[in-house]
Amino acid sequence: MNKWENNRAWLLTVPVLVIVAFSSIIPLMTVVNYSVQDIFGPGQSLFVGTEMYKNVLRDARLHEALWRQFLFSGLVLLIEIPLGIALALAMPKKGWGVSFSLVVMALPLLIPWNTIGSIWIIFVRPDIGLFGAFVNNVLGIGFDHTARPLDAWITTLLMEIWHWTPLVALLAYAGLRAIPEVYYQAAKIDGASPWATFRYIQLPKMRGVLTIAVLLRFMDSFLIYAEPFVLTGGGPGNSTTFLSIYLVKLALGQFDLGTAGAFSLIYFLIIEILCFVFYQVLKNVGKGTGT
Amino acid sequence: MENRKMEIVLDGVSKVINGETHLNSITLQLTSGATNVILGHTLAGKTSLLRLMAGLDRPTKGRIFLDGRDVTGLFVRKRSVAMVYQQFINYPSMTVYDNIASPLKMSGLPSADIDRKVRAAAATLHIDRLLDRMPAELSGGQQQRTAIARSLVKDTELLLLDEPLVNLDYKLREELQAELQDIFRARKAIVVYTTTEPSEALMLGGNLVVMDEGRILQTGPTSSVYHHPSTTRVAQVVSDPPINFLPGVVAGGKARLGRDIDIAMTGHLSAVPDGEYAFGVRPNHLFLHAQGAGNVEISVKVELAEINGSETFIHVSHGDLHLVLQEDGIHPRYIGSNITVYANPGCFFVYEKPGRLLASPFGAG
Amino acid sequence: MAQIEMDGVAHSYLRHPEKDADYAIKTIANIWDDGGAYALLGPSGCGKTTLLNIISGLLTPTRGRVLYNGTDVTALPPEKRNIAQVFQFPVLYDTMTVYENLAFPLRNRGLEKDAIHRRVQEIADILDLTPFLKQKAYGLAADAKQKISLGRGLVRSDVAAILFDEPLTVIDPHLKWHLRRKLKEIHEQLKLTLIYVTHDQMEALTFAEKVVVMYEGEIVQTGTPEDLFENPEHKFVGYFIGSPGMNFLSCRLEGNIAYVNGLGIKLGKQTANAAQKTAGKLEIGIRPKYLEISPRPVENALPAHVKSFEDLGSYKIAAILLDEKTLYARLPEDAPLAAGNVWIVFPPEKTKLYADGRLVK
Repeated sequence: MNKWENNRAWLLTVPVLVIVAFSSIIPLMTVVNYSVQDIFGPGQSLFVGTEMYKNVLRDARLHEALWRQFLFSGLVLLIEIPLGIALALAMPKKGWGVSFSLVVMALPLLIPWNTIGSIWIIFVRPDIGLFGAFVNNVLGIGFDHTARPLDAWITTLLMEIWHWTPLVALLAYAGLRAIPEVYYQAAKIDGASPWATFRYIQLPKMRGVLTIAVLLRFMDSFLIYAEPFVLTGGGPGNSTTFLSIYLVKLALGQFDLGTAGAFSLIYFLIIEILCFVFYQVLKNVGKGTGT
Repeated sequence: MENRKMEIVLDGVSKVINGETHLNSITLQLTSGATNVILGHTLAGKTSLLRLMAGLDRPTKGRIFLDGRDVTGLFVRKRSVAMVYQQFINYPSMTVYDNIASPLKMSGLPSADIDRKVRAAAATLHIDRLLDRMPAELSGGQQQRTAIARSLVKDTELLLLDEPLVNLDYKLREELQAELQDIFRARKAIVVYTTTEPSEALMLGGNLVVMDEGRILQTGPTSSVYHHPSTTRVAQVVSDPPINFLPGVVAGGKARLGRDIDIAMTGHLSAVPDGEYAFGVRPNHLFLHAQGAGNVEISVKVELAEINGSETFIHVSHGDLHLVLQEDGIHPRYIGSNITVYANPGCFFVYEKPGRLLASPFGAG
Repeated sequence: MAQIEMDGVAHSYLRHPEKDADYAIKTIANIWDDGGAYALLGPSGCGKTTLLNIISGLLTPTRGRVLYNGTDVTALPPEKRNIAQVFQFPVLYDTMTVYENLAFPLRNRGLEKDAIHRRVQEIADILDLTPFLKQKAYGLAADAKQKISLGRGLVRSDVAAILFDEPLTVIDPHLKWHLRRKLKEIHEQLKLTLIYVTHDQMEALTFAEKVVVMYEGEIVQTGTPEDLFENPEHKFVGYFIGSPGMNFLSCRLEGNIAYVNGLGIKLGKQTANAAQKTAGKLEIGIRPKYLEISPRPVENALPAHVKSFEDLGSYKIAAILLDEKTLYARLPEDAPLAAGNVWIVFPPEKTKLYADGRLVK
């Protein structure tokens, strides 16, 4: 549709442009500036060109954090998406149960992120935490998220899944509700099993919302900071030091703004590229199917 | 009462979106006083054309003049236009009364005037007893009547209707078609109505614009276009059931149609010079019994017979020619049976091979 | 193939229906013969889609039974009843090719690959879909998609009946012919029971051998297209069938003359005899096709005024004003133009009498 141009409408966007400029563009430019400098202290810096970038490429700890991050995001997507879809399929379609389940689903999403970390610290404590006590005393497994890396990972994953699967579930539920009833009727008449109905009707028609879910979950999990920081502080050792936690340590802890700046930009690029790839893949999966 | 005729003129208007030409150099002049019907298959460009006239889209090329004023650059809100869509579009949270009143509320008329106009429009569409209902409580026909009433209430210069009856039941459509005819006659506005059905175009009368693939093929008074379709394509678009075409070769006062049907080129056909042509005959001019001397006989095989209670449609084949015949009354015929079909050459259209009309049974166009 | 019987079927969408108006279908008893082509015709909201869904099993009726060949199937779901349904909008499996779409019902029933292949080819051939078999179903035009929907029903060789719910809704008018013809050919070839729901009388009458007319949840008349046209048993059938519908005029009866506004119209002997025993509001009905126009006064005619005269290509319609009531006459293409004051003639054999909306016979 070739709409008319209304030049006055551009004026309405000025406030937004100002806000975006202050909160995103100017800081971004600052980061770019830092990334080509070696900063010794406030006001004392030396232009070093691409040296910081070279540092980044050589930093072994950074690479470890990167792989950890990929593993984490990968696991998150692998678990959350199918789980969210399953929850959406199980949610009622009619009656009072609809509102009830929607509210219950939304609750974890409403909690401030660092509070989530605090909740889970207590939850997994072997003495007073429901989960910790159950696993340690009833199942007899020595579970300690502060001491063993595997336990820390499990806890972080469980926390993340508990926090964000509802988002996937709600998106998938919306997608399911949009499917016209006739498709189910036709599938019944064709004698399709519930699995076939899911595979050939529901899943293809949810492609749009699932694309959004995958992109959102990928971006958020790749950037994750507050929850794991509160829960484990990055430990034990480095085992749950994800990218953003490491980055903050670099920038604020070690005041290595140059390297941090360089890495921030690379971090930004990685997310952009991966999102683009995901989007293209999902778009092509649906190509020629109209869903 | 104003007797001045208003007109909308499109001059060389084209619309290209993403490399696809939706409208190709349209030049058109539509006036008030008679309903202007735009007939064409889906995707012919009718809706695109209407949107340009309304000002919802801007043409890629060309200009639009409303009553002499150049309105090409004018946004829809500045134009005096009302539009009715296929989907019954009403404000769902307002009553019927408020729906109909909405265009007037923004123009700042005193409420007594608004009330009068709303009730008048509602009475015209026979929904005056439904004024305090909500659209969701109405049937499809009533919702569309509300939309039409809303379009009438403001007395705009341009009244556009985009296949407004296509989503209604057959019988409702018939009733509304008759009512709309009277309503349009009483209006001073330029009325433009699009449809894909030839029978609706004929029912509404007025002037006909035949469109196909973004182009205008023919314009003129409806009856005249029907009796003198200027090309084979126009003949196809304007006929329901579809017109029959037989390829033929004319030589020495006689014509051979298909492989073995011979006719004498007399009457209106006598002026046709030798050559290859397409002969067109409407289904209701093919008969199961001879209608007089000079009828040409064609032996055919019955492929399908359809009876609709008062008429029979028989689909037949003669070699690789496929024809449709429409006969009054009930005449069951069995699939596969061999029968004879009669045609009066006096009813044949003759089209040149590229498709232009050369001879029509109804005389010069 | 099956004979389908509806025994005292009634249905309400409310949980606790009380009055008549709560019922979408108000007690239907009907037999659909094996191999018959039926149309279920009625305006929007008359209950025809509800009835279709009860036949197919997508809906369980509040009351009554549905029997297939004498067996009670009321409690069976659609897949167990072995029916196929084609909906208003093409319902396809978008991710599959045309071949896979057609093969889907057979795969679900566990047929072998060879048998599936043969059957799919056979049906694709009948429906002229063979060139498209390898294409993704999504990219095809609406009429091809509806054919695929139909094909999914036809592939099952033991299908009891095929039900159509206004299947030509999204098809272009100039393509509807082709599909209607396809349906008729399939009926001739495969002799299946076909039930076709529509609000379009043209579609119904050209498709069906027998038409079932529904109005407000009840079956008003069942008959061949000719029956319904010549002898509508209910005013609604007279109105709904025929384009334009039947003309009705209130009248008073004396002997075998019906008086409209003081002027007499002679009725046929049989009608007049039957009329002696009836009571109720009397009206005469005549189809526009049979209403004649005469420039001079003749027998059985009333004076009237021609309001408008439309040329509709293969026929003409005259709108005639008789004391504030508008009547329509349908005239052949070459009828001379009638205008001004005329006499409208009511041929006795074609003039029907209705008492309280029902045909007097």
